[in-house]
Amino acid sequence: MASMGELAAGAVAPLRAGKNSDRSPQSILFLIALWVALGFAVLCLLTLLIDAVLDGLPRLDANLFTQYASTLSPETGGARAAILGSAMVIGFTALFAIPLGVAAAVYLEEFADGERWWNRLIEVNIQNLAAVPAIIYGMLTAGFALAIGLERRVVVTAAIALALLILPVIIVTSREALKAVPSEIRQGSLALGATPLQTVWRQTLPAAVPGVATGTILALSRAIGEAAPLLLLGGLSFVTYDPNGLLSGYTVLPIQIYGWVQQPQVEFRQLASAAIIVLLLLLLLMNAIAIIIRNRYQRRW
Amino acid sequence: MTEGDPSTMSTGEPTPDAPGELIKPVEVPAARKLSATAPPVIECVNVDIYYGAFRAVSGVNLAYGNHEITAMIGPSGCGKSTVLRSLNRMNDLIQGARVEGVIAYHGKNVYDKDVDAIELRRRVGMVFQKPNPFPKSIYDNIAYGPRVTGMKVESMNDLVEQALRGAALWDEVKDKLKESAYSLSGGQQQRLCIARTIAVKPEIILMDEPCSALDPIATGKIEDLMHQLRDDYTIIIVTHNMQQAARVSDRTAFFTAEATGGNGARTGRLVEFAPTEKIFSSPAQQETADYVAGRFG
Amino acid sequence: MTATTADGGSLLGAGPGPGAAARDLARTITRRSNRVGEKFAMALITLAAVLSVFITIGIVASLLLPAIEFFSFEDSPSVVDFLTGTRWAPTFADASFGVLPLITGTLWTTGIALLIAVPFGLGAAIYLAEYASFGVRRVLKPVLEVLAGIPSVVYGYFALTFVAPALLKDILAIDVGTYSVLAAGLVLGVMIIPTIASLSEDAMSAVPSAMRDGSLALGANKMRTVLRVVFPAAISGITAAIVLGISRAVGETMIVALAAGTQARMVAAPDQPGQTMTGFIAQTATGESQPGTITYDALFAVGLTLFVITLIINVISIRLVRRFREKY
Repeated sequence: MASMGELAAGAVAPLRAGKNSDRSPQSILFLIALWVALGFAVLCLLTLLIDAVLDGLPRLDANLFTQYASTLSPETGGARAAILGSAMVIGFTALFAIPLGVAAAVYLEEFADGERWWNRLIEVNIQNLAAVPAIIYGMLTAGFALAIGLERRVVVTAAIALALLILPVIIVTSREALKAVPSEIRQGSLALGATPLQTVWRQTLPAAVPGVATGTILALSRAIGEAAPLLLLGGLSFVTYDPNGLLSGYTVLPIQIYGWVQQPQVEFRQLASAAIIVLLLLLLLMNAIAIIIRNRYQRRW
Repeated sequence: MTEGDPSTMSTGEPTPDAPGELIKPVEVPAARKLSATAPPVIECVNVDIYYGAFRAVSGVNLAYGNHEITAMIGPSGCGKSTVLRSLNRMNDLIQGARVEGVIAYHGKNVYDKDVDAIELRRRVGMVFQKPNPFPKSIYDNIAYGPRVTGMKVESMNDLVEQALRGAALWDEVKDKLKESAYSLSGGQQQRLCIARTIAVKPEIILMDEPCSALDPIATGKIEDLMHQLRDDYTIIIVTHNMQQAARVSDRTAFFTAEATGGNGARTGRLVEFAPTEKIFSSPAQQETADYVAGRFG
Repeated sequence: MTATTADGGSLLGAGPGPGAAARDLARTITRRSNRVGEKFAMALITLAAVLSVFITIGIVASLLLPAIEFFSFEDSPSVVDFLTGTRWAPTFADASFGVLPLITGTLWTTGIALLIAVPFGLGAAIYLAEYASFGVRRVLKPVLEVLAGIPSVVYGYFALTFVAPALLKDILAIDVGTYSVLAAGLVLGVMIIPTIASLSEDAMSAVPSAMRDGSLALGANKMRTVLRVVFPAAISGITAAIVLGISRAVGETMIVALAAGTQARMVAAPDQPGQTMTGFIAQTATGESQPGTITYDALFAVGLTLFVITLIINVISIRLVRRFREKY
């Protein structure tokens, strides 16, 4: 490709010739295409956020937090029941999912012999559960509630469904955190005559807490935005009272949003946007906490 | 077990300490009188150790004497660490590890079904190659062992002080017991690990190349400490440093590795076990002589 | 232990057996207690891990039992009619249960989503893995993470209130109604960009730099190196990323429930409304149907179909990921 003249020029500035091939029209087009791909993702995010904020800002008022939903006067109605419902459902979700997830992670990471077929089965099974559609967990919980004669449209069923949904995520991230604790710590403890469980409880797990906490908060932030499984579990009820326990009726923010978006009146859409802002801020807060924990407490071994 | 006189066997006989001269030809301190017939604290009888199908060590017969320091030396891959870790069953943690033969603690095979590896490790403590303090305060590092083993302790403060004094660390850390163990230097961390081990009052302390991550000055301190500890504990040390073996130990076991099978797998074997003085001055085996001289000349 | 008596001896030597003092010491290492508490705690931990298997069994049972019941009503379709029928009208007087319209709806939204997510996701992945400086990565990776963390109901809102009326109708002048598989599919595609981008990036970053260096040393430029060496080397990981993206698109509920429409029909063009499997489940679940009726059971028959489809996709993805992990 290079003419004699170019070669001669290359003799003066030899690095040029090498650089030029990365500046061929093809290469530049390719790089532009890559930029467009990334730019598209950024653009989508910005549009989505701006759209929601512009629509919702006028309704981001005190009524949103203090008033119950209303079918008649969306101008003054609020998401009080949904906000409290989300808080309560997520609280119970954490209560169910964290001990189970961490315990399963401890078993798989600290005690399971990976050569055994049943442990491999458990691992593949968890990988698969992580990719099961969210709505299926709603169907599972609905069937479970029916089988044991539990009312299906209450806080506890919602919390169970979400806990099952995020269990694989908590197990996987907790395992990563446990794996990062150096084996010298375990050996030091065992050599002192500590039992394997004492070692896990007093050394390995405390050392892994920052990683476990980060993963758990991210998993819970997924649960708080999840609506699909709760559609089968009475989340879309018209609730004008504060949820007051495991067997209380409830609604949650994402489902309240879903309900409002479906209404034709523009006031409901504004209300939905305002609730979306609240939900996104909540997620931002949870992510910020997770990042702070990760940066501040994560030990580099 | 061919040397010495049973009648002179006693605990904690003071020994002439070798000064911590570091770079010097192997100089064996005047030998302690070693017992020939005193019962060993722990011994290996025809021990083979396998990892899966691979035989790492074969046919080891070794008796570790009470209140003695026994050094295990040899080229890398000769299985000396493997033998060490089988003594308190730390090998149990490695998948596929298997011990054949008898490892007897006061005559009791530690691989018997009714033996609790956890109780065994309380009696047979271990110090590792790299200092591995827990990510806790200095105080909690020491208190951890007594707490988890459910020792009846009248005053934890006293016990912590006692352990730290025992590891010659007290004066350096007495004003910062609540600080993180990670604030200590490498040598201090290793002495903390020794203090942690003696806090549970073991009978035997296993040391797996305890100075390999330390500088010469820190190494010298640990070696001095080992001489003091011999009064109260039986010490078994794996070291790749022959001078260290010569300086600190009463008896030395020399291991080597040889190819077995066609795939380059090497199996460790005990060549010679004798009082340290003898190993370094007039070994019975040519292999020992070659190793001791070759590594050094 | 200090006194060495005549009965002291070694197993190795010919001496007599261990003395009384030694026997006492030997006894200290035998089992003191059964550690009942430990065993109990260990059982609980094991149970927690085994629970995951019971969850899967529970899923299968909770879908299968109502699905079997679904086929046993008087006006139930046969399994073949269910799988091949082209009319889905569970609540009509002349009810009909052919699941193909729902599968068609899912295929449309998933296909459109892939048209968006594969090129944009892979482009982003290549840029992040091969071109981006440390600083750029530090800014852009979080953008993808935020995009991945946005709740799907928010994407659904975006599809219904912005993409369909403003972007498609006003700006691009495409004649779509309020509901269309196009709007739902586009936003679904945006939603799975982060899935495809971050997994593909992992796969490409895992390609050893020696392979790049080898290609560059032969005089290939960066673009050729990326396209001819890195990309093919990472192909099984990239495929796994796309397969996982498909699985998420097939299983996503809220976007299609809000933006695709509620009419189950054989969709023929992207500007038509349609209903997906998940969309049907969402719609029926929030309705009035009661357990024990054929409409309620239809929910689970569709759910089972959805589960089996995603299960197959997931197994493929797990296999692919394992293969690319083994390679490096």
